[in-house]
Amino acid sequence: MYDKGKIIAGLIIGMLIIMLPFWLNIGKTRKLPDPKLSEKAKLAEKCILPTDEMRSAHQVLLVEWRDLAVRDGERLYYSEYNQKKYEISLENTCMDCHSNKKEFCDECHNFAGVTGGSSPTCWNCHNEPKE
Amino acid sequence: MSFKFNILTNIFFILIIILFPLFSVILNLNYFIVVIIPYVSIIMFICGIIYRTLSWGESAVPFRIPSTCGQQKSLSWIKYNRLESPFTKRDVFWRMFLEILLFRSLFRNSRMHFYKDRPKVAYFSSKWLWLFAIAFHYSFLIVLIRHLRFFTVPVPSFTHFIEKVDGFFEVGMPVMYLSGVILLVSVLMLLFRRIIIDRLRYISLPADYFPLFLILTIASTGIIMRYFYRIDVVSVKELTMGLVTFNPILLKEPINILFYIHLFSVCVLFAYLPYSKMVHLVGILFSPTRNLPNNSRAIRHINPWNPIVKVHTYEEYEEEFRDKMKKVGLPLEKEK
Repeated sequence: MYDKGKIIAGLIIGMLIIMLPFWLNIGKTRKLPDPKLSEKAKLAEKCILPTDEMRSAHQVLLVEWRDLAVRDGERLYYSEYNQKKYEISLENTCMDCHSNKKEFCDECHNFAGVTGGSSPTCWNCHNEPKE
Repeated sequence: MSFKFNILTNIFFILIIILFPLFSVILNLNYFIVVIIPYVSIIMFICGIIYRTLSWGESAVPFRIPSTCGQQKSLSWIKYNRLESPFTKRDVFWRMFLEILLFRSLFRNSRMHFYKDRPKVAYFSSKWLWLFAIAFHYSFLIVLIRHLRFFTVPVPSFTHFIEKVDGFFEVGMPVMYLSGVILLVSVLMLLFRRIIIDRLRYISLPADYFPLFLILTIASTGIIMRYFYRIDVVSVKELTMGLVTFNPILLKEPINILFYIHLFSVCVLFAYLPYSKMVHLVGILFSPTRNLPNNSRAIRHINPWNPIVKVHTYEEYEEEFRDKMKKVGLPLEKEK
């Protein structure tokens, strides 16, 4: 084999780069996210949308709300799922039940890497709840 | 092979790629589709890459055969072209570096144009292939780096940086990533190029279309899952983290079928890569027309498999017939 040393070294480096997801996790204990509902949220039973929809697309709803409130001045939202009217407000409606940001929001956001570059920009304008 | 045959075989394989995960979910073979197949594909990928590297490394390189298109190194006062006709290893390094990162040979891509109405021929450099190729490869790289977010906790900061740059325009929610759009468009362009240009369509085989269709499937399912039918990212990450820590857990509840199609087609891509044309990922490094210095006139390269030729030199001849030559009075080179 010509340039044996270089070829083997290149192969090892290439493999290390491709195997990055495997060796980055060596020796780390896996902690799964466990978002906790506050007492008030537990009592309410139903959120604005079904749980699985909230889980996957709450950010879409939040942006829809932002557009309704800020651009159209619309402050009321009728939830067909819950058959209830809600005031469109992150701090007064969402965070009223889900007052435990650290145990609820951050639990999944930190796990899924919704921090840093792609962090939710909610708290650029809104006040974070005091805990 | 005819164009119809090419397209039909590809549609057939893509249908399998879509239907296989569908049936696996219906038949409740979750463990098979989300655990066994990914591991099998990554093993096939690693073994294939090692096999390819070693077999290419083993092959003989008897002569320098770089493809050159510049002044070669000759007399000291004649300036030579370091990139187009490399002479030293450093020249070769830069040539390879620019080839891999900027696709210089595609940038050249000289074409001849024959004017039909007048007796004239023109040569020009066609940039379309280079443009689509570089857009495709770099957006794919960025998409790959972004996917590290599913395999690490906490997510490395360079991934966040890439996400920020990629979503710079902050269009929509979730923020639109430019790399996804560019990837999809450039794959479509590479596909259309192959279909529309007749001489290219004529030389294409099913295996030329398949990577394009496969990547099209991957990119479109990924984009749909992000922007249109959103899936639960957290349960997907629980699954992927389980896979990379060798402690797989199944999804709590079956999620959008698109995710299974996405995962399965990525597995097919990884498993198929070392055995297909896509292995130019490794092959580019072993291209003898690129990675050899053009120094045949300065250094003698001996073919390693040259047979040993038994020669009979004049000295040996003289030695053998010395007595007879002396007897008849022939001149000898060496008197004894």
